[in-house]
Amino acid sequence: MPTIFAETILFALLPEISVGGWIVLTGIATNAACAVVGCFLVLRRMSLMGDAISHAVLPGLVLAFLFSGSMSILPLFVGAAAVGIVTTFLTQSLHQYARVPSDASMGVVFTSLFALGVVLVKKYVSGLHFDIACVYEGSLELVPFAEPVAGLPRPLFTTLVVLGINLVILVLFWKELKVSSFDPSLASTMGFSATAMHYLLMVMVAVTTVASFEAVGSILVVAMLIVPAATAHLLCDRLGIMIALSVAIGAASALLGYAAGVWFDTNLAGMMTVVAGGIYALAVFLSPRHGIVSAVMKNMQVSLRVLREDLLAMLYRVEELASDKPISPEQAQQAIGGGWQARWALRGLARMGQIQRSPERLTLTDAGRDAARALVRSHRLWETFLVEHLGMPLDHVHQPAHRVEHYIDQRLQQELESELSTTGQDPHGREIPK
Amino acid sequence: MGTTAFEIHDMTVAYHRRPVLWDIDLQIPEGKLVGIVGPNGAGKTTLIKAALGLVPLASGKVEIYGQSYNQQRQIVGYVPQRESVDWDFPVTVRDVVLMGTYGQLGWFRRPGRVEREIADRCLQQVDMAPLANRQIRQLSGGQQQRVFLARALAQAARLYFLDEPFAGVDAATETAIVELLHTLRSTGKTVLVVHHDLQTVREYFDYVILLNMRLIACGPVESTFTQENLQKTYGGRLTLLDEAAEAMRIRESQ
Repeated sequence: MPTIFAETILFALLPEISVGGWIVLTGIATNAACAVVGCFLVLRRMSLMGDAISHAVLPGLVLAFLFSGSMSILPLFVGAAAVGIVTTFLTQSLHQYARVPSDASMGVVFTSLFALGVVLVKKYVSGLHFDIACVYEGSLELVPFAEPVAGLPRPLFTTLVVLGINLVILVLFWKELKVSSFDPSLASTMGFSATAMHYLLMVMVAVTTVASFEAVGSILVVAMLIVPAATAHLLCDRLGIMIALSVAIGAASALLGYAAGVWFDTNLAGMMTVVAGGIYALAVFLSPRHGIVSAVMKNMQVSLRVLREDLLAMLYRVEELASDKPISPEQAQQAIGGGWQARWALRGLARMGQIQRSPERLTLTDAGRDAARALVRSHRLWETFLVEHLGMPLDHVHQPAHRVEHYIDQRLQQELESELSTTGQDPHGREIPK
Repeated sequence: MGTTAFEIHDMTVAYHRRPVLWDIDLQIPEGKLVGIVGPNGAGKTTLIKAALGLVPLASGKVEIYGQSYNQQRQIVGYVPQRESVDWDFPVTVRDVVLMGTYGQLGWFRRPGRVEREIADRCLQQVDMAPLANRQIRQLSGGQQQRVFLARALAQAARLYFLDEPFAGVDAATETAIVELLHTLRSTGKTVLVVHHDLQTVREYFDYVILLNMRLIACGPVESTFTQENLQKTYGGRLTLLDEAAEAMRIRESQ
């Protein structure tokens, strides 16, 4: 199967000989154009505005088609941009003046406009290029057979034009988009009207949606707007990198989606989106900072460190009692809860050169004794603090100190020292080691 | 009295026709640290937003060094409430401070080396230089507030509006902010600060604006921050104003 996958991709990459090449290129261009604007939708917490506008543009398309009598690009873009502005204006006005909650006003506006579009299609343009099913799922498979414009299939040409427009706007308005997305009121006070930037973005969304319509349809285009951007947001924390990464993720999902779609013999645009969703799921698990796997790993590292430190402190206390009875590795593991984690902790300490072990005896090395002394010191300082400052009874202070000791660094130790009246002995009368 | 840095003349601000600030008249001389004090819902933030043109005025006008905000925006710095932005946004500490220079740059021009140097200098002023490349999510509340202050410094303004800079910050940051305010004053800047802690008003500010929907008093702290004025600001609800505002709202919605 991998070789077939590779062959399909390779085949797809040679546009002059393949139908698939056009399809993949269109998929990549659509995804890239969507990802560029999608990042700002995601960052502004307006992801569903993409959904709203992608539906609301339908009447604009129909009207543009009716007036111009053609499917040429310019009237379609003008119609889309107009609807983008109208949708944004209506949504905001309903929210502001009629006091409709913003989600409800969005729901009302885009569904009504979409319905208007459906009515217009049925009334005036049925049987022509418009087809409601095509509006939903697009027809990526038919792209290579569309009439060519400038040597490219028309949907690909349209998408490339929009990708170009989006990139030019991105470069021109980079800092304005950035500041108005992060802190709209600061942007407005500086003279970069946040409202104007909002409208600009909504027009970009509308035009991008329309350009992507024929190829991928009105629902999948929403996925292409949001999913790669949301994935990139999980994976990085610089705006520029996020946008580049979301374009790359979009492109990768187009390529892999095409290969998988051909393999499973199913709708290609749908498959591309499924792949994008899969990449998102992977990111949720594997993202270095926010991923589930890394959270689990970090958690485990902390609990291993706690176990190692518990073991060190225990050995220190055993030494302190000056008992002749040696403690064996087996006993030590049992004392900190046993199991594989205890075994790992023990192994870790040996590797770090903090303990020496023989089958019947576990002893601290000098380095280990220093580390253990610091821990026990933290523990007893904290106990003293709890008794002295919070007036806790003696039999209540061991457990809290046992938890906190792992997080008290030198600075905190010094602060504790300066707060306490006595740092020679803990409340149980045991020496606080230096 | 010297130059007037900031003046509000007979200003009323309304949300949905319901007035939240009534007939405010005040003048702030240049070079003062000014506390804006009043109970919750008194309109402190609204006062700032109206001054900055972020909310429309129902009537009256705002003047900054004798001219409208639109003409003077280059010399005004603004620090919004810390919670007003998304700290998950993918930018670094330095990026945020750089945003302070955007106003001077105007449309289309990108920040360059000069602006980055300004940003780094401002970060040093708030002791945040070592964290310049951190993503802002990783900062504590106090550090976030310092970043916002550094951004305001990068605006190189003459008149500053700070919305609750002391809210939810640690003691060290509070001290640092106060020091910064003093530095600003010593260079002739005027700073208006929305403030909640009545205990520290005398210590931190020269001037105070006492506000509760209307202006209770505005003047030097010694003569204005009196028990009597505080009583007027906090004691008793301003039932008549409230009732009138409510009546206007109801009339409008009928």
